[in-house]
Amino acid sequence: MMLLQVRAYIALIALVITFALLSPAFLTTGNLIILTKQVAINAILGIGMTFVILSGGIDLSVGSIVGLCGMVAGWLINEGLILPMFGVSVFFHLWIVILLTLVVGVVVGVVNGVLVTRLRVAPFIATLGTLYVARGAALLISDGATFANLVGHESLGNTGFPVLGAGTLLALPYPIWVMVLFAVVAAFVARKTPFGRQVYAVGGNEKAAGLSGVRTGRVKLLTYMISGLCAAMVGLIIASQLVAAHPATGETFELNAIAVVVLGGTSLMGGRGTMGGTIIGAFVIGVLVNGMVLLGVSAFWQIVIKGTVIVLAVVVDQWQQRMQQKALIQA
Amino acid sequence: MRSPADIAALPDPMLRAEQIVKQYPGTRALNGVDFNVYPGKVNVLIGENGAGKSTLMKILAGVEQPTSGLLLLRGEVIEAAAPREGLAHGIGIIYQELNLFPNLSVSENIFMAREIVSSFGTVRHKEQDDIARRLMARLEQPIAPRTLVEDLRIGQQQLVEIARALAEEVSILIMDEPTSALSNAEADILLRIIGELTTQGVAIVYISHKLDECLRIGDVFTVLRDGNLIAEAPARDVSLAWIVEKMSGRSTEALFHKQTRQAGDPVLHVENLSLPRAHGGGYRVEDVSFTIRAGEIVGIYGLMGAGRTELLECLFGMQPDARGTIRLGSQAIDTLRLDERIRAGVALIPEDRQLLGLVQNLSVSKNITLASLKRFVKGLALSTGEERREVQRLIEALAIKVSDARQPITTLSGGNQQKVVVAKSLLTRPNVLMMDEPTRGIDVAAKSDIFKIMNGLAEEGLGLLFVSSELKEVVAMADRALVMARGRLVATFEGAAITEQNLADASVSAPAVIHPDEHAA
Repeated sequence: MMLLQVRAYIALIALVITFALLSPAFLTTGNLIILTKQVAINAILGIGMTFVILSGGIDLSVGSIVGLCGMVAGWLINEGLILPMFGVSVFFHLWIVILLTLVVGVVVGVVNGVLVTRLRVAPFIATLGTLYVARGAALLISDGATFANLVGHESLGNTGFPVLGAGTLLALPYPIWVMVLFAVVAAFVARKTPFGRQVYAVGGNEKAAGLSGVRTGRVKLLTYMISGLCAAMVGLIIASQLVAAHPATGETFELNAIAVVVLGGTSLMGGRGTMGGTIIGAFVIGVLVNGMVLLGVSAFWQIVIKGTVIVLAVVVDQWQQRMQQKALIQA
Repeated sequence: MRSPADIAALPDPMLRAEQIVKQYPGTRALNGVDFNVYPGKVNVLIGENGAGKSTLMKILAGVEQPTSGLLLLRGEVIEAAAPREGLAHGIGIIYQELNLFPNLSVSENIFMAREIVSSFGTVRHKEQDDIARRLMARLEQPIAPRTLVEDLRIGQQQLVEIARALAEEVSILIMDEPTSALSNAEADILLRIIGELTTQGVAIVYISHKLDECLRIGDVFTVLRDGNLIAEAPARDVSLAWIVEKMSGRSTEALFHKQTRQAGDPVLHVENLSLPRAHGGGYRVEDVSFTIRAGEIVGIYGLMGAGRTELLECLFGMQPDARGTIRLGSQAIDTLRLDERIRAGVALIPEDRQLLGLVQNLSVSKNITLASLKRFVKGLALSTGEERREVQRLIEALAIKVSDARQPITTLSGGNQQKVVVAKSLLTRPNVLMMDEPTRGIDVAAKSDIFKIMNGLAEEGLGLLFVSSELKEVVAMADRALVMARGRLVATFEGAAITEQNLADASVSAPAVIHPDEHAA
């Protein structure tokens, strides 16, 4: 586990050096901030995904949750909650909008969790289902249209939404701070709390964990709720950055999130991996994409290279594990 | 078959391993071992867990490659590079772990990777089924060839594995713990087959923890300890005491030591406990009532399928359909969830250590504290300092051999892994400790340790309930012995009345009420 992380570090450093040499624009503060802001999206999704994968599951619905939650936020800001029976629309304070949006993400997570734990649907299938349903719901909210200009209205007291995506603290954009906050809390939860320990135990041997008194269903449910929360947060950030909510936002994000987790050395079988690894994995992808853009690599080639790097990383993992075993024999 | 002979009188070895060394990461499993396999003989290989028996067998069968050393088949050097080539040399192996495909039929399993094929390249199922049927008949198992393996009892599955080896024309057949899951009757069938094979000149290599069984059928005995060859001797020079001494370097008496204790107040009270079958009516556990008192060790004996494990599962909350009253002290626990029962003071050490006892990706320390995490929470986080102290205390108290509590659980031997499961249970501070086959698959020294631990816990006032299919163990350990048959409690013995004869008689004396689904179950 340690070694895998070291490997990811080395890959990251190698990429940074390569791009720094090839492009003078790469190692500038402005570029690094832009890069990190993009990394934040994958990293936050990856953090939630890491919990789910550690417990032995998978969450394919996160991309759709990103889209749905962006739409929910946009809807609440621009049109308010429409109550036809009273013929009024209720507009909420911005903080309430954010809270409600996060709750929507968590609720989708609850649906995933209940499908997996109570109704015993395989995680792949359960979250594939919610992938479609949540995307459909996002389209239904506005009949496929975009909520534009999400600035709120002074008289309604719901202004300030774009600050989340564009505002800065100590020269760093808020999305980066959100990533840092999520990463620190997630690393603490995974390493230091009973819940974190139980996630690893459930992913390692669910039956043995259950017989040790671990409430395995509840643990798994919580991982999907965390994943839903992370996805909702990303939905808010993207909507805020664009000052608009589009129902197709977040398509294929779930695959990026899984790639980031795997690059970080987390086993898809569950039980092995770290939050730190996931963050590094997100940076590897981020640096790669950013560097290729600076170098003017064609967008199509970028996709090919991205896929190659993901598979190569896993191949190197396997190869390294064999080397490690051989080294132990000779020692 | 049991003609005791001097080594000098033995035929030339059919297969000879010379100076075999096998190096694994961190350990040397075999350290220059010589091993002879004599034709027409039962060649017994014994040793504690981790002595290197299974590794040596895998090398003989060509599944593993030795780091150095030679294999001589009838005097010629062979290099068995793959299991298939091992078979080409006429060496077959029956593994300790079942290597069957539960989703395939009996005959498909028997002919896996050596299907009988027509000239069109299609499998000739009918021919395979006929041979499979004959093989199963030879093993006295009237099982239809198209039955799925997952529908068979464990004992029958093991017989299928044996049938698979018999389907080959082998001159050497390696059996690694072939009777571990067999009932006594099934084991007898196997021993008869072994007799038939040896008279045909087949060399049997036999590995078993059941020493009485080895003594019964063995012609030549080889003992390994810590990857070294300790002794080779013909049957007439071998006794139980000899084996135990060679295996562990200590004498038999130290192994079992029953102690007399004063039993205290009742801690577990079970009344009219029943577990209906999921399908087809009848019960897996039927109307069982008993009491366990503090400081008492109660053993449950019974044949496979008697409902012993199911009884423990009911008590631990693993069987939601169980009916009846279970009281822990004065508290009724039969409506509680499993985790609530643990907190109330019940603990279970399951039979299948790998599947149900351990979380393989976690360290020794994290396995030990898994069931008691709440106790170590300070504020929001786990207090690692306190966790480390408690783990260290248990490692010392149970004499668990580890170099570091943070080392992976998988690096421990079977006996030490079992002690980790015991430590995990003890950390929950139980009043009643239930153990399902607590010494299954662990070596003599570790067995003796487990017995010492059980005695110590009883001294401290725990109520202990253990299930065992080894008569000797129940006789040696139990203050009181319960015998189960067909889901019912059929007899109780106390003190001097706990004898192997009494237990064995009671376990088969139950009225022969056969449920319609008995065969499939």
